Parts: sequence; C-alpha cells; structure tokens
Amino acid sequence: MEVSFKVNGHAVKTEVEPRTTLSLCLRDNLKLTGTHVGCEHGVCGACTVIVDGEAVRSCLTLAVQVEGRSITTVEGLADGDALSPLQAAFRRHNALQCGFCTPGMLTTAHALLTDEPHASADRIREVLSGNLCRCTGYLPIVEAVLDARAAYGGPASDATTGHGAGR
Amino acid sequence: MKPPQFEYAAPATLPEALALLAHPDGDAKPLAGGQSLMPVLAFRLASPRLLVDLRLLQGMDRIEVDASGVRMGAKVRWRDIERDARLKTALPLMAEAIGHVAHYQIRNRGTVGGSLAHADPAAELPGIAVACDATIEIASTRGSRSVAAADFFEGALTTVLQPDELITAITFPAWPAGRASAFEELARRHGDFAMAGTAVWFDLDTAGRAMNTHIGVIGASDRPRRLAAAEAKLDGQVIDAQSIGEAACAAAGACDPADDLHASAAYRRNLVGVLVERALARALAGTKGSGTAINRSGESH
Repeated sequence: MEVSFKVNGHAVKTEVEPRTTLSLCLRDNLKLTGTHVGCEHGVCGACTVIVDGEAVRSCLTLAVQVEGRSITTVEGLADGDALSPLQAAFRRHNALQCGFCTPGMLTTAHALLTDEPHASADRIREVLSGNLCRCTGYLPIVEAVLDARAAYGGPASDATTGHGAGR
Repeated sequence: MKPPQFEYAAPATLPEALALLAHPDGDAKPLAGGQSLMPVLAFRLASPRLLVDLRLLQGMDRIEVDASGVRMGAKVRWRDIERDARLKTALPLMAEAIGHVAHYQIRNRGTVGGSLAHADPAAELPGIAVACDATIEIASTRGSRSVAAADFFEGALTTVLQPDELITAITFPAWPAGRASAFEELARRHGDFAMAGTAVWFDLDTAGRAMNTHIGVIGASDRPRRLAAAEAKLDGQVIDAQSIGEAACAAAGACDPADDLHASAAYRRNLVGVLVERALARALAGTKGSGTAINRSGESH
C-alpha cells in the first residue's frame, strides 16, 4: 500500500505492507535510522517518535495508520549540525553511555517539554519510566531534561541535583 | 518479532466498519490505538486475516458527563481521560487510576475500547468498569446491545464480544457527591501492569454505616471481579479499623490468583489484602474531610 505523511517537515510517499510498523518504515524505507528498534512490543521506548505533537511508540503503530500525519524523529530535533538545546543538555550532563535508548529519550523529553515546559523532576521521571536505559541509571538524563526546560520557556535550571548540575 | 501478514482497511463510517467485521471470510479484528493488539501481533499470538482500522470513524472519541453519569466513546484515549478535569468528581476512581495506566507514549494512543476488548486481568479500566457497575455498548450489523461490565469479562483476554461485534462506548452511572472511594495498585515499574490492584467505594447512611460497598480487584484472578465476601463485611457496619481489617482479610481469602513470572499466588493474595485495607482506610479518611493526600509518586502533575 502507498502511504503519505510528513517526516521532519518533508512530505514523503512510500510503499509498505499493511503490517509494516512505523519504526521499520522510517528505518528501512526512509533510511532514518536514528529511530532505534529495541523490544518491538512497546516496552523499551527506544523507538519513540512524535506524531502530531504527541510521543508514540513507533513499533506499536502501523505505517498505514499515520497517513496524512506529521512525524518528528530524532533526526528532526537538531538544526543541521547544531544540537538542539535538549541534545546539548544531554551532552553537557553525560546523559548517555551506549546511546541506544537516546533517540527515544530525546523524542519523549522533547514532546514533554514542548507541552509542559515546567515539568517537575517527578513528572520527568514518571514520563521517562516508559523508556528503558540500562547504562546511565537515569540521574544524568533527568538532570539534562531539567536543565533543558528553560529553552522551552520553563524555569532556568537551578533545581538540578548532583553532578553536572548548573554548568 | 514483526507482525504476521494481514489485509488492512480504514472504513470511513461505523456501518462500513461493522460490515467488514461481519464479512463471511471472518477473522477480522478492529484496530484502534493498537497498544494491546500490536504486541499480540508481534508475539504472533493472533494472526487475523483483516485489520479494520477505526481511525477515520467520527464521534467515538468524546467523553460526555451529565446527570445520568459518564459516557466515553470507544476511541477515547488515556490522554483524554487524564486531561478531563470533570472526571475528578464525575468518576473519581477513574481519575485516580489513570495515573497508573501504562506509560506516557502508550497513553497517547491507547483507547478505552481497546483495553476493554483486550481484557487483560490486571488492566485498570476493566477493574474500574466492574467496580463501578459500568455498561458496555456493543454494535454489529445484527444490531446493538448493552452488557453489564460484570458479565462482559469471561476470563483472561476473553470477553463475550462476538467476532463481528465492536465496542462503541462505555457508560458509568452517576456518582453522588460525598461517596467514599479510593484506588490502589502495586506494579514493579510505575505504569506497568499491576501485580494486583483494587478500586473500592461505599456510601454512608445517616447513622454513618456503610452501604452499597463495592470492592473490585484486578490482577488477582483471571478477570476483574468484585469480592462479595469482603463487601459483606462492611455493609451495615461502621467503617473503622476493625471492620476494614475484616474486609481486607476476607478479600485476601476470596481471590484466586495464579502463580506467574511476576508474583506467586500467595504473594498476590496477601497483596490484595494489603491494598484493600489501604484503599478502604483512605476512602474513609476522605469522608472525614481530613487531609487525605497520601502523596503518591507520579500522580501529581
């Protein structure tokens, strides 16, 4: 079947089987391999993309279901080679080690802060509980997201805890 | 794994969707948010011939609140419930439980109808539906019917829904102001399926005795159910530490959990007692107007 939608601002049209998940369509058809495929049954969050402003698991969404919708993947966050404020905060706080979960962390946190720039540390932890990270222990990720809030119109970072805060 | 092959249709109207589900070739499954069905397909637990995507159907995504109660269309998402302030008084158990339903991304797509049809024994909405005497509205080309939530769930992942039928809405009776209620659940990771959970409510008569006591449990049986033995310990009684303790004990004795990967049957049975006790104590505290805010992580936002 042919499916048409927007990815990171560009209109795309591609041929998929009905069973093709959005995650595989992005990776295989559109060569946007920033979206990572971990568990493929909706547990790990690595494949999170943003559909019309809402974070969704692209492994639990069929490509044919996003006909006419607007998708943002991790590739759509940066402006060219310049990191987005959220990405820069991840770098500053060492919020990644192996990096496998990072695309899902970034897209989830971007959707959250766009909607809720004043999200508390508890709210951030609750939302990121849907994204598994086996390296970092999450602390630097939460700090990075807290730090990035200012760029979305939220509070300036002074509430971070532990290492790396406030740099 | 990748889902097995299937055909796909996205009908524009409910009658077209029902006609596709009733097709003589059979084996068609409705697809809404896909947050339960997609994992089932990925695990190859089902391989339907046809998926009928409901995304183009209009008017099934509304929450209506009026004097007769609450009506939610089958396509209402967890996100919609989470953001509907009216439910805090119109359906407080759902408003309280929604913080436990799945994770952020799944709440953006998962639907009320999908959760009911999937009938996971540990899912919150089926438990709230049974505990709150909800009614499930079902349509097919043969007509429509309404089924009480208590009669809807037949076992794990099994309901009375026929292959050609589609859930269109769920309705909850009106919720009087002053009714005492609380929801409790325990999951290893917040947002995951509960190891066990409970939704309780009761009214108080003029003498301060409980009536209409409802104690529903999830994760403690092959389906969500009420525990009549525990309810009987409270109806007509003054709710205090002693009657709550007796009800909790009866609740633990009345459920029939199974051993599984996540918890032993004995652990779950004990957990049901603990959660019922906590929920009843919190519901009681609410009737006294005292600061009942037990600060639960993840529910304050």
